[in-house]
Amino acid sequence: MRWSSINKKINNVPTHIIIIFTLIIWIVPTLGLLLTSIRPLPAINTTGWWTVLSAPRGMKTYEQACASCHGQDGKLLTAADLTNPDIVKKYPRSTQLTALLQKEINGQPHLGMTPLPEAQESADIAAYMKRLSNLDKTPKITLNNYVDAIVGYRGTQTYTEDCKTGKQSLDLKCNLSDLVNPRGMGRAFLNSLIVTLPATFLPILFAAFAGFAFAWLDFKGRFLLFAVLVGLQVVPLQMTLVPISRMYAQLGLNGTFIAVWLFHTGFGLPYAIYLMRNFLGGLPRELFEAAYLDGASHWTAFTRLAIPLALPAIASLGIFQFLWVWNDLLVALVFLGGSKPVMTYQIGNMVTSLGAGWQLLTAAAFLSMLLPMVVFFALQRYFIRGMMAGAVKG
Amino acid sequence: MATTTVPKVMKQGKLTPWLYLLPALLVMGVFIVYPMINTISLSFLNADGTASASTTCVRGRPCWGLFENYRYALTAELDLTSFSSTWKSFWSSSYGNNIKWIIIMVTGTVGIGLGFAVLADRVKYEALAKSIIFMPMAISFVGAGVIWKFVYDFGTKQVQIGLLNAIIHNLGGKPVAWLSTPQLNTFALVAVGIWIWTGFCMTILSAALKAVPDEVIEAARVDGANEWHIFWSVMVPIISPTIIVVITTMVINVLKLFDIVYVMTGGNYGTEVIANRMYNEMYKSFNTGRGTAIAVVLVLAIIPFIYMNIRRFLAQEAAR
Repeated sequence: MRWSSINKKINNVPTHIIIIFTLIIWIVPTLGLLLTSIRPLPAINTTGWWTVLSAPRGMKTYEQACASCHGQDGKLLTAADLTNPDIVKKYPRSTQLTALLQKEINGQPHLGMTPLPEAQESADIAAYMKRLSNLDKTPKITLNNYVDAIVGYRGTQTYTEDCKTGKQSLDLKCNLSDLVNPRGMGRAFLNSLIVTLPATFLPILFAAFAGFAFAWLDFKGRFLLFAVLVGLQVVPLQMTLVPISRMYAQLGLNGTFIAVWLFHTGFGLPYAIYLMRNFLGGLPRELFEAAYLDGASHWTAFTRLAIPLALPAIASLGIFQFLWVWNDLLVALVFLGGSKPVMTYQIGNMVTSLGAGWQLLTAAAFLSMLLPMVVFFALQRYFIRGMMAGAVKG
Repeated sequence: MATTTVPKVMKQGKLTPWLYLLPALLVMGVFIVYPMINTISLSFLNADGTASASTTCVRGRPCWGLFENYRYALTAELDLTSFSSTWKSFWSSSYGNNIKWIIIMVTGTVGIGLGFAVLADRVKYEALAKSIIFMPMAISFVGAGVIWKFVYDFGTKQVQIGLLNAIIHNLGGKPVAWLSTPQLNTFALVAVGIWIWTGFCMTILSAALKAVPDEVIEAARVDGANEWHIFWSVMVPIISPTIIVVITTMVINVLKLFDIVYVMTGGNYGTEVIANRMYNEMYKSFNTGRGTAIAVVLVLAIIPFIYMNIRRFLAQEAAR
């Protein structure tokens, strides 16, 4: 008995290896984004995110070339104390440092028998000396990127530092109003919410009405109409963009939230109706018969019976539609553009223009993922159920 | 869907059902049906929809008259001088790219999804493992684009902050420009697509696998079939209807795909796909005639797969 269970475990080892290997591939890219978003910009540009926990830049090269004379901490030679910022200041870059290393000291080559470091290596050493002498005080981990992304900071330092020295750009006030600066992710977050909430609520409301009619009311052409609606699920969104932009242009609706709400409602409806009808149609008929016999009207049956019983379906649908609208780029790009930027738009803009550095981009991307992730992990069950019911969603 | 599901005792006016349907039908009519018809008619007109498409023909060049925009949509990317040049240019056109996307991405997502669903079924941490694979579905394409830019980043000789190139660099290889090398970059983008959509395929396939009756599998085991055999000759045939649905759904998704390409390469370096090309015609060149013609071509390409999915839906309805 014990042997067979051990045997079974050994047989399972390859399974575990494959699964864990796949999981690592799936997690590592996201982990990279998260770690990059909490690193200061100079570090992002010079080393990969996976070095975040390893020794600081240049430490290894320093130990090989310099530590034998200057000591691990750089204090061993009092005449050339590398922790003294005034000395280190003279050699900010690899060129100055290399020039120094080429000079002889007391008639001997500076480095003795050790060969001269290459340009990149001496740049690394110079960087490490700045760290030793406390000239470079950048922390390894910072939340500044998130602050900068939220307020839409575009300078070369950080928002906090610029505000301290009063050098901030004109659109920043250095008070709470910066949270809704039109260039920042804070405002974009609000815009995304303003777009998403009605664009989730409206299709569900309309679909509940229609689904009830399809499931529990009798009328001519019921089946045909429903089949046509199911077919509309797969009309690609791109098909309708041009005529609707033209219609909106005539009505003056381009660049308004109403434009996006209505568009998402239209496109969310076929799937929402499909799901609602299937769910409502699956409720026991006796319930409705009893209600009607008690003299209930359709409206009462709808509001008091169908809606409360359909709450699980509404939850699935809500999460599905919420994530769909929140993550959408194309509709926001076409109908809102830069006038009321949503999160996906701002990030897309940062990627395609060269205006923003990696530090803002990664922080912004992570901010935009925050709410969907919370919704997803908290309500995963409903989300999956909603998705399964409509594998034909277009 | 039999009419008998409706309770006989209910009283209703002729108008009542239509009142319930009105909001939905109104919005869908305005936002789906009308634009669809309008798009088709615009595709036969010129750049700003003011005259017939045949007026845009250039003397001395091939012209399809009223179908001029379709000539552009179908042949503008091709080099028609000889058969071999046509063939070669087809595979670097948006159509060729879309076919590559379909083949690799559908194989990748369905293959990995099915394999993972089978393996995860045997371990205790199944729920956690599945939600990790599924997680990219909750992330926007834009977010995914940023995530993968870090994997593919092509730095300088000394500094590699892109994960893949750092690995190659440490193994002593030469860094690769993943996103700007034609052909290779399409594969790099498809990998992102696979990363996003595998969870979708896995979840649906996993539910189908769990519905396979245990007795069937036990019987095969008693008959001496090994696990590999059970998978291929027992499980796969039973869940094949689900596999087909997943495949058709994925093909439709891939044909409509826009965001990944838009965010990661903007369609440059030969990565353009149909939906992306359409966006560029409409919103960068402002040529609605050509843009809508490409849209119609896209829909025509999707229709066979839609048909398959609707047929399955009707079969399901009949079985209710």
